[in-house]
Amino acid sequence: MTYKITQYAGYSVIHLEGDVDLSTSPNARKIILECIEAKNNVLVDLSGVDYIDSSGVASLVEGYQLAKSGNTEFGLVNVSQAALDVLQLARLDTVFPIHLSLDAVAKVAKEPG
Amino acid sequence: MEKKPKVIKTRIQARPEQLKLLRGVVRDAVHMSGCSDKTVDRVVLAVNEAGMNIIQHAYKNNPEGEIILEIIDNDTELLFRVTDFAEPVDTKNIKPRSLDDVRPGGLGTHFINEIMDEVVYSVPKCGVGNQLVMKKTIKSD
Repeated sequence: MTYKITQYAGYSVIHLEGDVDLSTSPNARKIILECIEAKNNVLVDLSGVDYIDSSGVASLVEGYQLAKSGNTEFGLVNVSQAALDVLQLARLDTVFPIHLSLDAVAKVAKEPG
Repeated sequence: MEKKPKVIKTRIQARPEQLKLLRGVVRDAVHMSGCSDKTVDRVVLAVNEAGMNIIQHAYKNNPEGEIILEIIDNDTELLFRVTDFAEPVDTKNIKPRSLDDVRPGGLGTHFINEIMDEVVYSVPKCGVGNQLVMKKTIKSD
């Protein structure tokens, strides 16, 4: 798994790429939690994720819960079909805010009230 | 004459980085059986979760442990037999958590039960360790 972090419309966007499994999810978890602990609003871009298992999903759940407790935003964007299928199996597709694209996030952020 | 089932046997060390190898073997076997791409992905996930459970809960992250995976394809059904040589696990403690309880962890057993048609935990014939047998009917849609 590789990652990069970019800034977009007030969000730190964590782009994960490759397999998020038991060998790589500790790193994904660390990156996500550090970003949230720094009081950033966070989006995790899963477009490059070919495979995610329950340990990877657990990292996302932890991020979601930490952001919620710290009143920051957390969501997923550009979710690959492989990742979406796993989130659906875990019935987490209705728990995480999931955005179709970064443009869609920016559009919502600009809407008044 | 009855066709002989196709059998694949692989052995890995109980280390997280070895799971990718396991997934590759499963992916090829399930793909060759004629299952749909979605079923291939899901079965790969289920067997990976079984391997993860062994690494984390049976061997308690001891990297010296071994995992044996046997895949038997009899043309109508795929059978996955996953064996470890760790201390026996109390199968009463292997249960999925409620999905309404959103928290990290505890999803692996849910994935296995949801994806596979039959899941049986037992003790291997040699009397040491744990064995999980999972069955999946071969469907192309």
